Amino acid sequence: MGERLIELRDIKKSYGNVFAVGGVSLHVDRGEVVGLLGDNGAGKSTLIKILAGAVRPSHGQIFVRGKEVPGWSPARSRDAGIETVFQDRALAVQQTIVRNIFMGREITTAMGFLDVAKERSEAERLMREIGFTSKVFSPDSIVGQLSGGERQGVAIARAIYNKADLIILDEPTTALSLTETEKVFRFVRTVRESGRSILFIGHNIHHVFDIAERFIVLDRGRVALEITKDEAKSAENLIAFMEHIAHPNGPNPLEAILAERAAHRQGAQA
Amino acid sequence: MSSLSQPHNASIKPSPWRKFLLGNRASLGTLAVFVVMMLIFFAFAPGIFSRWPIYNSVLLTLPVALFLVVPLVFIVTVGEIDLSFPATMGFSAWIFALAVQAGFNPFIGMIGAILVGMGLGFGVGAIVVYAGLSSLVATLGMNFLLRGLIMIPTEGKSISLLGLNDTLAYKLFSSSVGGFPIQVVWALIFVIISIFLYNRHRFGVRVRAVGDNPDSAAQMGIDTKRVRVATFVFMGLGAALAGIFSTMINFTWWPSSGDAYLLPTLAAVFVGGTPTWGGVGTVAGGAMGAVIVSFIQTGIVAGGLSGFYVQFFNGLIIILSLLGHRWNQIRYR
Repeated sequence: MGERLIELRDIKKSYGNVFAVGGVSLHVDRGEVVGLLGDNGAGKSTLIKILAGAVRPSHGQIFVRGKEVPGWSPARSRDAGIETVFQDRALAVQQTIVRNIFMGREITTAMGFLDVAKERSEAERLMREIGFTSKVFSPDSIVGQLSGGERQGVAIARAIYNKADLIILDEPTTALSLTETEKVFRFVRTVRESGRSILFIGHNIHHVFDIAERFIVLDRGRVALEITKDEAKSAENLIAFMEHIAHPNGPNPLEAILAERAAHRQGAQA
Repeated sequence: MSSLSQPHNASIKPSPWRKFLLGNRASLGTLAVFVVMMLIFFAFAPGIFSRWPIYNSVLLTLPVALFLVVPLVFIVTVGEIDLSFPATMGFSAWIFALAVQAGFNPFIGMIGAILVGMGLGFGVGAIVVYAGLSSLVATLGMNFLLRGLIMIPTEGKSISLLGLNDTLAYKLFSSSVGGFPIQVVWALIFVIISIFLYNRHRFGVRVRAVGDNPDSAAQMGIDTKRVRVATFVFMGLGAALAGIFSTMINFTWWPSSGDAYLLPTLAAVFVGGTPTWGGVGTVAGGAMGAVIVSFIQTGIVAGGLSGFYVQFFNGLIIILSLLGHRWNQIRYR
C-alpha cells in the first residue's frame, strides 16, 4: 500500500438538525483510484465539497500526508494537491478557455500582469495532453460557445494543471453522450497511469467498477461499506449490495464476503 | 461529437484582424455610435464643429468624467453598482481644498484626498460585501450620508482656492499647453493603465471571473469578497482623482461637488457597452461612453437647439446605444 495521501476522520456536516454527513472516516492512498458510491442524498456531494474546501465541516479532522491541516479552505485544498472537477463544472462561461484553466492561479510576470503567451501555450499543452483539441475552437474561444462534453474537457484540463496528486471527479459523465463519455474515461485512464490518485464519484456502478480499485459506499451520511475490487469480485455484487441498503428486506448479498474478510483479519491478528 | 455540427471553415487561429473585431465588439460598437453622432452634429453645425473651441470646452471637463467612469466599469463587471461615488468625490475634494486652504502643499492635499477616497471606497465596499447588503440601496444610502457629513460642518459654503494658480501642482495637472488642457493627458494615462488592468492583469481577470460566476471563482480559490471590496476601493481612488481635478479646474470646491456626475457617469458605463449582468465589460468603451455623454450636451446647444432638447437627446442616445449593444453582443448567461 502506498503513502496515505489524504485522510478524513469522523467528518460531520449538519444543516440545522439534519446531518448531510454524519461521521465519515475514509482515506485515499497515493496512486489509488477509489470509487465513491451512494444514492442521491447519501452525502456524496457534501463530502466532495468538504474535500475541495468549499464546505466547512461541522466536526472532524482532515489529514494530508499524515499531518492534520487546520482551517481547511479551498486554497488549502489546492495547496494540498487536490483538484476537483465539480458536477456543475464551475466554469465562467463568458470567459475564454485559457481564463477558465488559470482561474485563481494566473501566470503573471512583474506586478501581477498576465504572461499571456505562456498561459496560452500551457493551455494548448494541457488540452493536447487529454486529447481535447478541435479545428473549431482554440484556447481563446469563449466557454459559452462549447458543448457539454467540451466544457467537461475545460474542467479536466484545469484539474490536471499543477500536477495535482488527487483528482476528484464528481459525476464526470452525467448528461454526456456515449462518445463523449468514452473520451472522459480515456482521460481517467491516462491520469491513473500517470500515478495520480483519483476519487471517482459516479452513478453508473459498472463504470466505477471498471476504473476503481477500492469502493466506498455511502448511505444516509455514513460509510455503509468499504471494499476492495478483489473482495467485491464483480460489479453485480456491488449493485446487489446497494439494492440491499435501499430495500433492506432480504439478506445482505455481501455477508459471506464480509464474514470471510473478518475471519481473514482475525487470522492475521492471531 | 457535437462540435461536428459547427461550421468547419472556422480555423483554430483566426486572422488577427478578425480576432480583434470579435474581441472588441462592444467598444467598437460604441466607437461607431460616437462617429455617427459626431457626423450628425457636423452636418447640422459645420461651422462650429470644424473649429477647435467646441472640442476644447468638452475636453476641459471630460477628464473628471473619465476618472469616474473607468472604475465604475470594474464595479459593474464584478456584479455590483455604486451610487455613492459623487459623495466620495465631494468628500475627497473637500479634504484637498481644506489642505490647500490651510497652506499645505497641494501635493500633500492630493495624497490626503486620495487616501480618504480609497478609505471611503473601502468602507462602502465593506458594508456592501461583508454585511451582504444590496449595493444598489446601500450605496444610495452612503451617498446621502456622506453628502450630509459634508453639508453639516460646511453649512453649504464653498471654498475658493485662487492661490492654486501659481503652484507646481496646478501647472502639472491642470494648466493648458498650447491651448490643450493638460488634464486630458492625465486622464488618458489613467484610462490606458486601467485598460491593461482590466484585460491583462490578475485583478481584472479576477473581477471578471467573480462577476461571471462567483461560486466558480470561490471554488477555484479566489477570495471573492476581497475582489469585490477592491473594486470599491478603486472607485474611491477614481472619485478622489475626479474631485481633485474638478477642484483644480474650477479653483473652487463646492459642497455639492460631484452630484451632477451621478447619472451621466452611470449612463456612460452602459452606453459604452458594459452589460448589466456582470462578468464582461469594456473600459475603452466606457471611456468612449463618457466622451459621447459629454458631447451630447455641448453638441446639441452648439448645434443650434435650445437647452430644453438636451434631456431628450440624452435619453435617445442611451436607449439607442443599449439596443445596439444588445444586438451586437452575444449573451451566454
